Amino acid sequence: MTGVPTEHIIEITYLIATALFILSLKWLSSPTTARRGVFAGEIGMLLAIVGTLMYHGIVEYKWIVIALVLGSIIGVPLGEVAMTAVPQRTALSHAFGALCVTLVGTAEYYLRAPSVPPFVMGVLSMEIILGSLTFTGSLMAAGKLQEILPQRPITYKGQNFVNLGLLAVAIVVAGVLVAHPEKMQLFPLVVGIPLVFGVMMIIPIGGADMPTVISLLNSYAGLSAAAMGFVLQSKLLIIAGALDGASGFILSVNMSKAMNRSFTNVLFGAFGQEQGGAGAGAKETRSARSASPEEAAAILAAANKVVIVPGYGMAVAQAQHKVRELFDGLIKRGIDVKFGIHPVAGRMPGHMNVLLAEADIPYDKLLDMDEINGEFSQTDVALIIGANDVTNPAARTDSSSPIFGMPILDVDKARTVMVIKRSMGAGFAGIENPLYYMDKTLMLFGDAKNFVGAIVRELAGGHE
Amino acid sequence: MKLDLLTSVYVFMLAAFIGFEVIRRVSPLLHTPLMSLTNALDAIAVVGAIILAGESHQHGGRLAKILGTIAIVAATSNIVGGFLITDRMLRMFKASGPRKQ
Repeated sequence: MTGVPTEHIIEITYLIATALFILSLKWLSSPTTARRGVFAGEIGMLLAIVGTLMYHGIVEYKWIVIALVLGSIIGVPLGEVAMTAVPQRTALSHAFGALCVTLVGTAEYYLRAPSVPPFVMGVLSMEIILGSLTFTGSLMAAGKLQEILPQRPITYKGQNFVNLGLLAVAIVVAGVLVAHPEKMQLFPLVVGIPLVFGVMMIIPIGGADMPTVISLLNSYAGLSAAAMGFVLQSKLLIIAGALDGASGFILSVNMSKAMNRSFTNVLFGAFGQEQGGAGAGAKETRSARSASPEEAAAILAAANKVVIVPGYGMAVAQAQHKVRELFDGLIKRGIDVKFGIHPVAGRMPGHMNVLLAEADIPYDKLLDMDEINGEFSQTDVALIIGANDVTNPAARTDSSSPIFGMPILDVDKARTVMVIKRSMGAGFAGIENPLYYMDKTLMLFGDAKNFVGAIVRELAGGHE
Repeated sequence: MKLDLLTSVYVFMLAAFIGFEVIRRVSPLLHTPLMSLTNALDAIAVVGAIILAGESHQHGGRLAKILGTIAIVAATSNIVGGFLITDRMLRMFKASGPRKQ
């Protein structure tokens, strides 16, 4: 077979794959077409791989086939994890993506050195720096999410200086290599320093910041793949990397807004975050009112409109199926029930929606913060399950509060507020929540799963 | 087919704009499937790894083959796992209406 026609066929498979990738993301915009989007992505991927395997330059297939099979075997269990484990799975897959890019970049350097054109060396360095810091950073994030590593942030004096210093050294070394690509002994530093930086970057970040971190690592993984596309001069790879980078970037911006962080703060990997405590305000002296499951059930049964606000505490208590039973019980009584989801309610963007969808709650009842906030003033009961800071009205009113300016769910505008919570303890940021001391608020102390279960039993018992 | 530098930059820029416009429209409801899907698509880097592992090289061929093979394993696990979990998640999203039981 002559090379030329095959080359054209390969190019056409890449062209179709590119179009399918874009359509894939476009169809993901609505739950009704989203599965078609996955299918389009799969076809595009298959075409591109088959096209590549036709490339006449490939002389040996044995290892390619073994690797494809092995990767598929590893991939299947990674596609079968529990929905609560999706954040760590995602972090792990960012690590794998970054590993692939870093390894290819490293091999490309050693194949091309000592004569690498400055532009190629520049993008190659970018590919490797972003790839290796994303690799270790994502492994750290996955470890923290899986609770193999301690979740609490580890900070020390001069941390930002050390971290930024490391990154700066890696960039300087890369700069030297751009000018002198033949200095091959420097190359391991371009791989190694970012590997260390990736670890150091995640050490100071706590569990509650994970949505931002995962999005950021997503963006880095995409950009490193795009850089690989520049090195290999592959339009397909540049485009796929740019799409992934853009997606991660948008999600990072969303998350940073939802967490009330400046964007530069996020760009530098959420360095220098203030850990709460300071300025937490005067100790509350007022007392909170508590209620029993029977009282809570009676109030819910009398309501016309209920908004449930779930937080990660609900998922930790594995209460989502009990919440579904509560939802069913209330719907059966003709009560309008909706869910108000804060962008950072889970451990990654959109995570809470997946957990509730898994519990069989219809997606049209899951409203994001902007959609639900206008409805609280007509809501009889706002039921908060395992969420704290995202409902704290101090974010709106108290300029001395550390979370002042953070967008919150306006649950305090509902007629009655009920909060299921283990104790009066403050949230992750250690901030008092004045919501708990309002006259309209009832505290429901207990484990989320048991308490919701008790309400469900009360509602069922008193029904008809 | 070789691209020159400027063409590459144009391609990147246009793709980034398309990415922003398309992804901005994805509802926050589906942000988790979005991330797992883009992750699977990003593993298209496997095409670079395949060529690296399969081509014959003048020097440094053994290293390229080893690194390329590991890279294929990493990327393929992302493709398979990423598409599987995205589809699994999307299957769970159901609209209200008559439900089985």
